[in-house]
Amino acid sequence: MSPVPAGTRRPLAAAGPIVLVLAILPWVVEPYETVLLSYGLVFAIAALGFNLLLGYTGLLSFGHSAYFGVGAYAVAFTVKYLKVSSMELLLLAGILASALVAALFGLVCVRYTRIFFGILTLALSQVLWSLAFKFFWVTGGTDGLRVPTPTLLGVSIGAGQDKMDFLAHKYYYYVLVVFVAATAVMWVIVHSPFGKALQAIRDNETRAEFVGVQVWRYRWVAFLISGVFTGLAGALWVPLNGLTTPDILVWNFSGEIVFFTVLGGFKTFAGPIVGAVVFNYLKTFAVGYTVYWQMFLGVVLVTLVLALPTGIMGMVARLAQKSRRAPAP
Amino acid sequence: MSLLKTTQLTKYFGETHAVDHVDFTVTEGEVLALIGSNGAGKTTLINLISGLIPVDSGAIVFQGADTTRDSIHEKIARGIARSFQLVNLFDQLSTLDNLALAIFSRDGKTRKLFRLSDADGAVREEAVAVLQQFGLAGKAGMLAGGLSQGERKLLDVAVAYALKPKLLFLDEPTSGVSTREKAPIMDIITQVVRAGGITAVIVEHDMDVVFKYCPRIVAMHQGTILADGTPDEIRNNEQVTANLLGTQRHA
Repeated sequence: MSPVPAGTRRPLAAAGPIVLVLAILPWVVEPYETVLLSYGLVFAIAALGFNLLLGYTGLLSFGHSAYFGVGAYAVAFTVKYLKVSSMELLLLAGILASALVAALFGLVCVRYTRIFFGILTLALSQVLWSLAFKFFWVTGGTDGLRVPTPTLLGVSIGAGQDKMDFLAHKYYYYVLVVFVAATAVMWVIVHSPFGKALQAIRDNETRAEFVGVQVWRYRWVAFLISGVFTGLAGALWVPLNGLTTPDILVWNFSGEIVFFTVLGGFKTFAGPIVGAVVFNYLKTFAVGYTVYWQMFLGVVLVTLVLALPTGIMGMVARLAQKSRRAPAP
Repeated sequence: MSLLKTTQLTKYFGETHAVDHVDFTVTEGEVLALIGSNGAGKTTLINLISGLIPVDSGAIVFQGADTTRDSIHEKIARGIARSFQLVNLFDQLSTLDNLALAIFSRDGKTRKLFRLSDADGAVREEAVAVLQQFGLAGKAGMLAGGLSQGERKLLDVAVAYALKPKLLFLDEPTSGVSTREKAPIMDIITQVVRAGGITAVIVEHDMDVVFKYCPRIVAMHQGTILADGTPDEIRNNEQVTANLLGTQRHA
């Protein structure tokens, strides 16, 4: 077995304490806070998937609500029509459905770049939204589909156990494990030869072709992986939310995924994770604080783009670099 | 032995005859220069042979196989690589990663998703060795976007070289660099290319560079081949003197 490369040791060392803090959190904070964090971690998985396209391949998708929604609806359909309650099988359904849709949509989209790519992804996501909206006898229309609490590794919610308690403990840990696994897998992907090829395509498509990288094929695989990650997030989100509606397929949610990533910093691996968690808190705070919450978030976004173009993690990286350069007193 | 042969190769851009029924042959192992004034068709000829733009008519035969309609990917697999007039690098990747990517691609390893690229010691070692050959070993960790123009030119050629091509096109490898840097750059390039047994076609405007480093010179003018010979033959060719060398003296 090859030893862990030097470049991987530091992130691993940094991730350990963070995961430890996340693991003990449900025992020190209110259940509501833990559930809120679960949402943040779920969105972080979606943002990681999204950023494989934006940060690593140079493609800005405005249609990632499609894969999140497909993951969510796949779970809801599997529960409703196949009477499945195992979360593992539901996740599998979400992954397979989002992979299928991403594979098809990717074939159409990856031959284009820039605004054409963005508009195509947006248009395709809106097709799915209209299907979910109009085929109400299948999808429940605007009422959506309810999803009861699933079994986790064969263990169901205890008799008389409070749902909030279940979500804040058992389900939180389930989400945390999937999040850690998804993050590790994405870390390996972006640091693999395949990940380097994606970054090469992002930097210089023509040259990438001239070192033998078949650009559209790599873009398609990246699109597929990105869609699967986002679909996995959608599948994890439904039991938390208890319900899925067409709202999750609307372009506004695609915009929120872009927001997570820009807020955290799309040029860093951890940026989308931080952005998703922070955005989730920001939005929850804003919604509870003012009816003008959209305006509040808009102001945050504008400020962010103007003042912190590299996002939160970009700024952190810059400050860390400065402090390393500063001479000791 | 002929490595590459084009027959009546033609490319028109509207009314412009960029490459006009060109018969061009490259012999295995040679380092030849392709010269001509701006718009003569040198870069278009390279673009056609390397697959960047489609051929209007004519044929390209490489190692006995018809490659006229091959994709860029297929041409690279056959052993045709190139560098660019305007440096084309992966600016946000390190110098080492620029080379490592070319090596991964050459070895069919870019399809590997679940293996860390840094864990492939053989590729790293080869990339470092190529950097050393090109005098860039000290810049391995730097982003390619942060290199000087001369270093970028060298890296551009090194990336193409790392593909281990049989035929390497170098499109103006010393353009945009200072006069002082030209000779060292060409020394490194020709030394590496010859040591690797690679056939090279160098597009170049600087006639001092051409005469010094290339035993065979092909002169193009208005999409056609004007002359083909040794440096002395080219120097003494009246048509070349009138159309190219004379033009350059005036410029």
